[in-house]
Amino acid sequence: MASHAALAHHFESLEKQTQAQRLGMWLFLASEILLFTALFAAYGVYRYLYAGAFAEASRGLETWMGGVNTFVLVTSSLTVALGLDAARQGRTRRTATLFFLSIGMGLVFMGLKAVEYRHHVLHGELPGRFYTAGHIAGSGGSLFFALYFLITGLHAVHVVVGMTVLGVIGVKSWRGAYSAEYHTPVELAGLYWHLVDLIWIFVFPLIYLI
Amino acid sequence: MSPRPASSAPVFAERNYLNTPATGLRSWLTTRDHKRIGVMFLVAALIAFAIGGFFALLIRLELLTPGPTIMDAMSYNRIFTLHGVVMIFLFMIPAIPSGFGNFLVPIMVGAKDVAFPRLNLLSFYLYLLGAVIALAGMVYGGADTGWTFYTPYSTTTPTKVVPILLGAFILGFSSILTGLNFIVTTHTLRAPGITWNKLPLFVWSIYATSVIQILATPVLGMTLLLVAIEHAFGWGIFDPARGGDPVLFQHFFWFYSHPAVYIMILPAMAVMSEVVCAFSRKNIFGYKAVAYSSLGIAFVGFFTWGHHLFTSGQSPYNAGVFGVLSMFVGIFTAIKVFNWVATMYRGSISFTTPFIYFVGFLFFLFFGGMTGVALATVSLDIHWQDTYFVVAHFHFIMVGSTMMAFLAALHYWWPKITGRMYNERWGLVAAVFVILGFVFTFLPQFLLGNEGMPRRYYSYPERYWALNVASTAGASVLALGFMIVLAYILVALKHGAVAGADPWGSRGYEWLTASPPPLENFDELPAFERGPHEYHDLPAASPQAPPGAARGASHG
Repeated sequence: MASHAALAHHFESLEKQTQAQRLGMWLFLASEILLFTALFAAYGVYRYLYAGAFAEASRGLETWMGGVNTFVLVTSSLTVALGLDAARQGRTRRTATLFFLSIGMGLVFMGLKAVEYRHHVLHGELPGRFYTAGHIAGSGGSLFFALYFLITGLHAVHVVVGMTVLGVIGVKSWRGAYSAEYHTPVELAGLYWHLVDLIWIFVFPLIYLI
Repeated sequence: MSPRPASSAPVFAERNYLNTPATGLRSWLTTRDHKRIGVMFLVAALIAFAIGGFFALLIRLELLTPGPTIMDAMSYNRIFTLHGVVMIFLFMIPAIPSGFGNFLVPIMVGAKDVAFPRLNLLSFYLYLLGAVIALAGMVYGGADTGWTFYTPYSTTTPTKVVPILLGAFILGFSSILTGLNFIVTTHTLRAPGITWNKLPLFVWSIYATSVIQILATPVLGMTLLLVAIEHAFGWGIFDPARGGDPVLFQHFFWFYSHPAVYIMILPAMAVMSEVVCAFSRKNIFGYKAVAYSSLGIAFVGFFTWGHHLFTSGQSPYNAGVFGVLSMFVGIFTAIKVFNWVATMYRGSISFTTPFIYFVGFLFFLFFGGMTGVALATVSLDIHWQDTYFVVAHFHFIMVGSTMMAFLAALHYWWPKITGRMYNERWGLVAAVFVILGFVFTFLPQFLLGNEGMPRRYYSYPERYWALNVASTAGASVLALGFMIVLAYILVALKHGAVAGADPWGSRGYEWLTASPPPLENFDELPAFERGPHEYHDLPAASPQAPPGAARGASHG
């Protein structure tokens, strides 16, 4: 393969470099999963200790908002995947459009999340010493919301990072930085967004449904 | 491949990574060269080591007498916390992997750089940022929790624990990025000819370390963040007063921090596998056993964390299982020890400074390891829990062994990194001081712990006095040893004898290139036809010390 502008000096071919970047991204994603795993483990422990309170607190959530958000996020993953497909065919403007569409859905997700957060704050459901929603006996309710804010908050941070990444790659794609031969960053951005989506697919049932 | 020049004078490579492309500070701070980043990590880690060592001396001075000696109890609590935090997060975790690993791994696999040079530089700046935040927290108030940050004390203490937690959180990301880089480099940048079974053992062990860094560090990061949130907002995750479970914190903390012990010891084993071959002038005995046992330690290390919780209200069944699993680490370590000893058998050993540290390492590893197996026995641990026996054990196994490895690496690769030799005679003198000083510092602590002296206490009954004096005396000898090392390596920077490409007659791949190496590591990539630890095709070794050693000694 001829030398490409994106090829770093220490790789012998673009193919090798793509292979390295892909592996690096997967390792990074593994690391991200472990980051969330700590919170999921804490959730599991406290759910076991305060089963009744957790069930009751979970029933108080707006399940339909969580449901809509799940739908929105899964759809945004679809548009990202279609964007990668377009990049593989060299239609990089289409990639950009699809990525911007995904960012739009990310914004819808964040908006609904903000409405939910506002709702919790107004109902005195901030955890710990701020917790004033007294309808659940014991400390289980407060702990549920501590974990709720930690898990969804960390996830929201990832959504924002993901939207930023999609934005940068989208703009570059619009300007013609990628082609059918070279579109590794498009692929990696897609991987990251799918992880954000995938984590939510675990968060939604854990927090809203069971 | 050029054979080691027997008579011609060694050459200092004039165009090397130290002066290409430029020499200014700016060119260093913006560099993406793995060698320069490695050197910067080494310098930073040495500074951290000096700070941590200074705190250690203050601790030992305070414990010189049973009552108050030089500080009050609160300062003492802060200082042992700082000692732990600095030594673990700023020195031991990054020193060998991020320092020597960065310098050596790409050369050893025949690559021009690590897979992601920019991430590598980012890793260094994250290290600096984390270090600055943590040190700022120490200056403005410090923390008195110990480096383990046990809840609920850490979430209620009035001291400034949050900046130190955030600093450690950021340092974690530095560690993750370095690990990620090494794994991808090992997988994708090996030169033609270097198959997995011809990979230097150093790389194998660093690879195993990287796996732990990537998988365990995020859990610690999350845990420390939770403690910081708890301390700042009182959300109650680990606070029993709000329904939280403090033992859960211990599970999370040790899920990282026990594997972290292997982040410290595996790189030490990495160094020693290289040193033992080079100075025994013999093929490694059991290459695959040494290589795969690193992966074994990394794997089993994830299932042993419960042995820190034997007295924390864990079920006896759990405790028993964790105790047995912990002993598996002993099996993998023993595999390595036997293979190293077998490598020495009928070798042509030269007692140079790196080899002296190897011998010290074997002793400390064996002693620390055996007391570790004893501590993993639940019934014995209940007697020793939270005593100086534990302190002595982990100082032997992770500090002693890792320090020996760090010093061995520093001496063994000094000629490669700087192109010059250190003074061998002073090297031997310092090694004797360091090894004896270490033994005299920590051997008394085994006895103190066995007699029941608890760790982290500010004062003690008079019957423990004599052994404490012995320990403090040992620490001074140790400190003196380090001063000597520092002095002669600084002198060697400018005045050391020119080393040449391979002063030790080592067969490792990194010695095939010039010293110091050129910007892209090899002017012409060797064919890598033989393995990195193969000595059997060499002519019978000469009975004298290697020429580098002799030159170093004559240049005092």
